[in-house]
Order: sequence, then C-alpha cells, then structure tokens
Amino acid sequence: MNERTMLSEERHFENMIQAESICTAENLVYERPGTLLDVTMHYCPGCGHGVAHRLLMEVVDELGIQSQTIGIAPVGCSVFAYNYMNIDMQEAAHGRATAAATGIKRVLPEKYVFTYQGDGDLAAIGTGETIHTCNRGENILIVFINNGVYGMTGGQMAPTTLPGMKTTTSPYGRDVKVQGYPLKIADIVATLPGSFYVTRQAVHTPAYVRKAKKAMLKSFQYQKLGKGTCFIEIVSNCPSNWKMTPVESNRWVKEHMLPYYPLGDLKVPSEKETAQ
Amino acid sequence: MKELRLMKGNEALAEAAIRSGCDAYFGYPITPQSEVLEYLSKFANMRTGMVVLQAESEVASINMVYGAAGTGKRVMTSSSSPGISLMQEGISYIACAELPCLIVNVNRGGPGLGTIQPAQGDYFQAVKGGGHGDYRLIVLAPASVQEMSDFVPLAFDLAFKWRNPVMILSDGALGQMMEKVDLFEEQPRRTAVEPWATVGKPKDRERNIITSLFIEPQKMEEVNLKLQAKYREIEKTEVRYETVDCEDAEYLLTAYGLVARICHKAAQIGREQGIKIGVFRPKTLYPFPSAALNELSRRVKWILDVEMNAGQMVEDVRLAVEGNARVEFHGRMGGIVPTPEEILGKLKEKLSGGLS
Ligand SMILES: Cc1ncc(C[n+]2csc(CCOP(=O)(O)OP(=O)(O)O)c2C)c(N)n1
Ligand code: SF4
Repeated sequence: MNERTMLSEERHFENMIQAESICTAENLVYERPGTLLDVTMHYCPGCGHGVAHRLLMEVVDELGIQSQTIGIAPVGCSVFAYNYMNIDMQEAAHGRATAAATGIKRVLPEKYVFTYQGDGDLAAIGTGETIHTCNRGENILIVFINNGVYGMTGGQMAPTTLPGMKTTTSPYGRDVKVQGYPLKIADIVATLPGSFYVTRQAVHTPAYVRKAKKAMLKSFQYQKLGKGTCFIEIVSNCPSNWKMTPVESNRWVKEHMLPYYPLGDLKVPSEKETAQ
Repeated sequence: MKELRLMKGNEALAEAAIRSGCDAYFGYPITPQSEVLEYLSKFANMRTGMVVLQAESEVASINMVYGAAGTGKRVMTSSSSPGISLMQEGISYIACAELPCLIVNVNRGGPGLGTIQPAQGDYFQAVKGGGHGDYRLIVLAPASVQEMSDFVPLAFDLAFKWRNPVMILSDGALGQMMEKVDLFEEQPRRTAVEPWATVGKPKDRERNIITSLFIEPQKMEEVNLKLQAKYREIEKTEVRYETVDCEDAEYLLTAYGLVARICHKAAQIGREQGIKIGVFRPKTLYPFPSAALNELSRRVKWILDVEMNAGQMVEDVRLAVEGNARVEFHGRMGGIVPTPEEILGKLKEKLSGGLS
C-alpha cells in the first residue's frame, strides 16, 4: 500500500464516520428494496448492471409481486444476478434466456417472467431466440443491457460495439467494412407484431434512472394484459473494459453511445391497447 | 381408457405423452420424427391443456425445456440425430442443474446430414454424455411400437425420481413402422409443486435457483461428486434388460432396439438348424446391464454383437464381458437394416472360420 492509498484510506474512514452520523431514521429518503439482497455485488464500481438490478427489484417490491415473479439470468457479467435478487431465478445458457423464459411462461402463464441479458447474449449468440420470442409475442419482459462490449470475457467486440470503437478483438477500432455494423436490435424488435412495448433507456444520470424505472414498472403492468413482449434496452457502460473511470464512462455513454442509440420509446401501445 | 390401436411408433410415443400427463412439449420438425410434433399439435392441447410449441430450432427447444422443467412440470422434446446434436449444450445444462425431462431421439443415419433412414450411430452420444462435462442421461431403448408407448411414463417417473434427464433412444424404423399397441390408461396432469421448482418465491421459503454455474472449483467438484454418486445409485437400481432363449445358449447375440428383434428371428432360424443361440437385449443403455451380461458371458462360447453403426455398444459389451468370452461384431451403417439371414450368416461364417 503506498502513501497515496493510505491517505485515501484515511479519508474513506472519515467519510464513513460522517456517513454513519447522517444515516438516521429521520434522514432516510432512500432504502434498499426488500427483494434486493443485502450482499456485496461483484460488479465493477460504476457499472450500470447494479443500478438496473436495483430498479427491477424496486419495481417488483412496489407491485408486490415477489411471489409471482421468475427471473432469468444470462451468461455475461450478470450471470450472478440471482445472487442479488430475492426471487426464484434460473440461469440460462448463453443467448438462450428468452427460450427458457418462453418455457417458463408457457407453463406458468399467470406468473411474471423477465430475462436480463447483455448485448453479446441477446444480440449475437441469442439473436434467433430474441427475434422469435418477440415475434411470438411471449408475454415476458426482456431487459437488455447494451454496454457495447463483452464484459465478462474481458472486453471483446460486441454486436453493439460502435464504429471505430476499440475492443480487444477490434484493437484498431471496429472497421464496419470488415466487422459489420453495430446492430440496433431494439429497432428490429419494434417492427415485430409480437412486441407490445419497446423502449430505449439509460442509467447514466439520476433523471434517466427514474425514467428507466418507469419503463420497467409499465412493462410489468403490461405483462398482466398478455398482449405481447415488452423490451427495454438500457444503454449502459463498462468502465473496466472501456478503460475509463465511472464518471468518464458515463460521459462516454452520453457523447458516443446515445447519438448512435438514441433514447426514447420505439413502440408504445395505444390507450385502447392498454385498457384492461 | 385402455385401448388397443394400430399406430406408428412416433404416434404411439406422442399419444403416450398425452396419456402420461405431460405438461409441455417443445420441438422442431425433422424426419423421421416429425409425427411426434404433428400428433401433439393436433390432439394434445385440446385433450389435456398440454402446451405444444414449435420452436425456431432445436437449440431453442431444449432451452424451452430447461425453463419449463425448472418449474417442476413434466416436459419433453423430441428430434432426430442432427437436432439432438444441436441440443447438446442444453442437455449438459439440464443434467448439471438436475432437471427432470424427457428427450427423444429417433436416430437416423449419419454423420452429417446423413440419411433419414434408421440407424444407431448416436449410441455414444446418448450413453457417454454427448455434451460437455461429466454427466449421464438415463437412456431407454425401445424395440417395438409398444415400448415406444410404455417407455414414456417410465421415462417421466425415472426423470422425477432421480431429477435427471431421460432419453428414449429410438430409430427411424421404430418411429415409422406401424404395430398394434396396447395404450395405457390416461393419467391426469399433476398439480403437485416440486419443492425445488422456480414457480415464484412465497414469503415462507428461500428462493429457488436453477443453475449449472459453480464458479469455485471446490463447489464444482462437490456438485460433480454428488452427480457421480447419483449415477452409481442409478447403476445399482435402474438396470433393465431382456433375455430370450439364453438358458441353454451356446452363442449369444447382443443388440438393442430394432436390431434385437431382428436377432430374435435370426436366433429362431438358427435354432431350427440346431445352433443354440440366445439374445441379450439391454432396455436401459445407461445404466448398462453389465452384471447380467457378465454372468451370461461365462456360460456361452462366444458373443456376436449386432448394431446399425460401426460398433458402439460393442465397447460396453466387451467391458461387461471382461474377456470371459470372445466378442465379435457385425454392423450396418448409413440407414441399412441387417436381415435375420445376414446375421445368422455372419454367425455361421465365424463358426466355419474356426470360432466354435
Ligand atoms: C456457448 C458459449 N459461448 C461463449 C461463452 C463465453 N462468454 C461468456 S459471457 C460472454 C459475453 C457476454 O457479453 P455480454 O452479453 O455483452 O454481457 P456483459 O458481460 O457485457 O454484461 C461470452 C462470449 C459461453 N459462456 N458460452
Ligand atoms: S466488466 Fe464491465 S459490464 Fe462487467 S461488471 Fe465490470 S464494468 Fe460491469
């Protein structure tokens, strides 16, 4: 441990003491949702996965549907999602989360079913399952975390990697002539008659976090209607593999990811369609 | 209601699935087993409410099976050789996560796209693993349309008893041929909820997790040891086989599935000519009836193993026999079915070649 880290350790300790004196019942404005387990997450500091997990569990709590919800974790950094969510969960093979979700939902049509998948999982190896699940209009929620890289395997190029973006397998920047174009899979899903609600959200600022949560809330409510697939893309970050600090990575989301993946609804049901 | 009907093997299997209270079927068309999906699509949902879904691929089918099996329901898929190859990753996950389900392989000739004619080239794949990692399927090998029906409820019972995927390894001839079949009485679909199933976590139990990921080596080894212990138990208790005319046999034919029936005929003709032939047929390919075969091998002069492949089960036969008797092999490939005369001819050839 060098001097600099020692200093920052001390400061950290002071901060903690300060934080403890602030953390009193009357000051409490923000709590851990009951269905989010009180364990340390394995995600890197500043990673969007943790925020998205929290939002999902907040919504499950607010709707009071813990006992009726089954989640599916993918293969990717969020493979351990079931360690954090206090609900029944399955871990599916790489890319096959929506197939597993289909299996669950078909035999338990009354339950709420969601998948949580990265871009490699959902938009590369699992493209077929993604398209066909949405095309069948399976009554599930798909949460799609687009961070432009393969996080878990160490930062390789993803189907969503931006043109010119450097990854370990596009070390000179993604050359679209050789490696093809970033796939806007949410746009494709929105064209399918089976999809009911398709939206692109982000979690890099508090305002967007709140919007993303609203989208999740709506999606669970829509699921009860049984009218098709809800699909939420969350444009996220991967500070570790982007080789940035969390703050830099959030700025990068805004400056580079969002121009290519503009936020907003891609498909919204009409009022008539959402009437019970 | 019990019923006697003339049916194709594939149809008998599908009918048996409905009758055994199967909750869901996920599959993809491929010859020579498409009748399973077709029959179920026509009758299953309307009769019992069973879910029948044509998936976009065998990869999707097996992962739908994974999801639905994780809810503790009676779930199945069926396919033929190339489709079963595509399912292997999913089967490995299912075996590791210890999910009960039924997988049917109506074996056709390979390798590659091969032929749609019957074959037994998938024995290794079914019995030795097929997918990655150390796992086993319980493998049942029917030899008649009757068994195409009877083995379905048996497969579901074994799958739930052991929380293990069960495979029915059939072939294109058994799937396509018509025979009379005594259909068992229809059982209602189960309503019981398995304690391990992911059906939504009530307040008063811990959450259930279906996974095959155990990232710490110690934990992964523990899981493996638990699986292996289960397989040893299965080997002790679930062996099934049939012997025909083995009491006084001097020569033994070993074969499974359709070929065993052809061997019966060969043995019968042989006996008419004064050659004492018996037939040993494993009904469970895993667990393999090694002990029974070993016992039998001490009493015969030698053994001819017959298969519709280049020699796969013969390896297990030799392991079981432990050198007690010489084991010869005769195989046909590419969708060719051996005739009784051909098999008897092979046996006589060995006899006249000095093997007595
Ligand atoms: C069949 C198969 N192929 C490859 C892998 C290796 N693998 C694990 S995670 C992963 C990529 C995950 O990336 P992404 O879906 O973008 O999720 P992230 O880690 O970025 O959250 C790959 C290729 C695997 N586990 N299984
Ligand atoms: S590698 Fe990237 S996606 Fe994975 S936890 Fe770290 S920051 Fe998040």
